[in-house]
Amino acid sequence: MSEAVVQDKKRFVVPIGPQHPALKEPGHFEFTVDGEIVTGATVRLGYAHRGIEKAVESRNWTQSLYLLERICGICSHVHAMTYCLGVEKLAGAEVPPRAQAIRVLVAELERVHSHLLWLGVAAHEAGFDTLFMYSWRDRETVMDLLESFTGNRVNYSANILGGVKCDVTPDLASAILKGVDFLEERSRHYLNVVTTDEVFLQRTRGVGTMSKEVAERLGVVGPTARASGVARDIRIEAPYAAYADFPVQIVLAEAGDLEARFVVRIKELFESYRLIHEVIDKLPPGELQTRMPRKIKAGETISRVEAPRGEAFYFIKSNGSDNPERIKVRTPTLCNMGSVVATAVGHQLADMPMILAGIDPCFSCNDRTVAVRDAAGALVTWESLRQRRLAHQENK
Amino acid sequence: MDFGKTWNEVLDRVKTWARLNSPWVIHFNSGSCNGCDIEILATLTPRYDVERFGIKLQGSPRHADVLICTGPVTLQARDRLLRVYEQMPEPKFVIAVGSCAISGGAFQGCYNVVGHVDEVIPVDVYVPGCPPRPEAIIDGVVKLLGKLQPAKQPPQEEIV
Ligand code: SF4
Repeated sequence: MSEAVVQDKKRFVVPIGPQHPALKEPGHFEFTVDGEIVTGATVRLGYAHRGIEKAVESRNWTQSLYLLERICGICSHVHAMTYCLGVEKLAGAEVPPRAQAIRVLVAELERVHSHLLWLGVAAHEAGFDTLFMYSWRDRETVMDLLESFTGNRVNYSANILGGVKCDVTPDLASAILKGVDFLEERSRHYLNVVTTDEVFLQRTRGVGTMSKEVAERLGVVGPTARASGVARDIRIEAPYAAYADFPVQIVLAEAGDLEARFVVRIKELFESYRLIHEVIDKLPPGELQTRMPRKIKAGETISRVEAPRGEAFYFIKSNGSDNPERIKVRTPTLCNMGSVVATAVGHQLADMPMILAGIDPCFSCNDRTVAVRDAAGALVTWESLRQRRLAHQENK
Repeated sequence: MDFGKTWNEVLDRVKTWARLNSPWVIHFNSGSCNGCDIEILATLTPRYDVERFGIKLQGSPRHADVLICTGPVTLQARDRLLRVYEQMPEPKFVIAVGSCAISGGAFQGCYNVVGHVDEVIPVDVYVPGCPPRPEAIIDGVVKLLGKLQPAKQPPQEEIV
């Protein structure tokens, strides 16, 4: 099932997935090939769709926080934070500055963990397992920090509505600084490796190139966009939490190929290290939480956060009860997925895993809907569902 | 003495020995949040290094002895999970990693979740946690290996 060749009249289609050796998550791809060269690509998503958006409607505001955090295990803090920021905005709650700064701190630690994780996975796709092992060994440093900070390695639950629930003690602060200094030195080494290793460069330089125009047209976000020279970073455009007090320098590259994506992500690591230092130095004193009402005022709002992969977007609507009325989640991978299909054409089949890994895909994030088909294979639309219900009621 | 029988016994013993010393593992994500998956990957990396037990992560179900499942089973992934399981050669073992795989976890009641792993395929070892620590996952695999050891199995008659 992992790889089979289907012969069409004139073209070969290579289906890959949903269980496949390269990625740890389910996704299905079909590449049309002419010899070794890919002439077309389609993606089929939705294997990890669970129906979270609907499920939150039957859970209260606090329960929803923990469910939404589990949209994605890699950027769980981002999902929880985006939700909390939105709900706090709706409720008009003033979150203490210390809590906001701690949110930033956890978010940057999470970015470090996510980028190092990606570096390893992408290197693995290139067949560079040594780099995979080294970067994951170093990633354990930040996992330890996150664990001693929040109590869990993944799904930290640092956020609660109205603040955070973990504090930075002096011991922890010095541990974080020490860990970050170690990682900074290692990242310098990785930057050197990905820009000078000849063999590795052959897999990345000039591969999967996406020009600025294409990136803008496709609405690509996050490091993928910044590697193509599109200056797009929510932390700068619309500072949230404490990012207004701790400004971020944008990291850009022009080339738009895989090498540029490696460079941008590793340089972002340095930016995160700098921010972590700054936040710990200037951590404002004060409370960690404010009281939140059990019922949230009626209204609707949006909330945007820069996740490690790009912009995470939440639309939150309340009807004044203790359950959310509607929550819509848009995650960065979905915006970036189009770029895989667009850049795949013209490359060799062997480059596909690298191009895919280049956007740092996260399927559990992006599987937000499913297409329902009837027995004949036709798409079931909202209208046809409505008709069916009416017919059903008439029959009764 | 029945030569064929002895030969088969020896062969069985060699097979068990090989299986115990080098179980090949395949990982299938049937709708998890990724948290469990990154912890499984972490078990392969230098700090935890399951390869010292001879465990190898495999890409193809046809080469694997052990299926590690994560996440609740979604409607879309159900058939694929079954197909992966059926493609594995006998004898095969399943480890369910994470609260989701065990009970549906936080996703209980979501409309696209059909249930937990052991409603779809038989499970041998459960590793709870959200996500379980890499140490716990390794412990689960080692427990499974212990279970396969002939000495620790009840005598044959008790089973039949
Ligand atoms: S058990 Fe927790 S970490 Fe694992 S897949 Fe489920 S929600 Fe994610």
